[in-house]
Amino acid sequence: MIFEVFRQEKKGQAFQHAGSVDAPDAAFAEAWAREQFGRRGESEALWLVAREAVHEVHDFPDEFDLKYRRVDGYSLKVRLKEARERAGTTPARAG
Amino acid sequence: MNERARLLLELADDELVVGWRDSEWTGIAPTLEEDVAFSSIAQNEIGHARAAYELAARELDTTADALAFDRAPGEYLCTPLVQLRLLDWARAIARRYLYEQLDRARIETLKRSDDPEIAALAAKIDREEAYHRIHAELWAERLRGEPRFEQALEELRPYVDAERGATPAFAELWNEMTSVRRSAPGAEW
Repeated sequence: MIFEVFRQEKKGQAFQHAGSVDAPDAAFAEAWAREQFGRRGESEALWLVAREAVHEVHDFPDEFDLKYRRVDGYSLKVRLKEARERAGTTPARAG
Repeated sequence: MNERARLLLELADDELVVGWRDSEWTGIAPTLEEDVAFSSIAQNEIGHARAAYELAARELDTTADALAFDRAPGEYLCTPLVQLRLLDWARAIARRYLYEQLDRARIETLKRSDDPEIAALAAKIDREEAYHRIHAELWAERLRGEPRFEQALEELRPYVDAERGATPAFAELWNEMTSVRRSAPGAEW
């Protein structure tokens, strides 16, 4: 079985995919992942997820090129400045 | 040599030699995952050896390196179980399993020692050994009933209670282990 390994570097941080281990069961996966991803003190915690348990999603059609749903090219800074001027407020902090 | 130093050297020599022998599997263990884990466990054992040599070195007014590498082969106090060169996985994992049992009994005793330094060292070692034991037991459970594994256990079991000290298997290992240090007397790394 392939177990995907997610690693948390510090308490409170998001878990990030770190790699995988090929193990006969969860107990072996734990023993192996512990040494492979924890022996240098690089992990606060690990999540081991059987690859079959991962529900994958692919293919996001955008046939009509709806650029306006994307945020690139949309200047929040300008919009915010205009909104503030309308409301007569100034930013709490510069920058 | 007093009883305390002897106890520490037995522990340190066992851990150094088992770590050395298990390191011989680095790169050739049955699976990549096991390779990393087995090597990591071997390094832990050598770390335990260093800690025990350091305590012994204070007792004997020398250094951990000198105790690990400058003694004559006949002065080592490791169990014959760890001295064997086992390049067959069934036997290597059987040794690991038997060694963890031997080590567990010893660490339990040392944890109850009246000597606070020894008790503290044993407790520290035990926190890592807990995971070594899980690893060894997983393998033993999985291979239980497999003729090669059962045969290996039977073959190696007598070594567990064998008298401590260098056996013929140790000569070559000693040569390898101490060659770098002997090549440059007095050098420090």
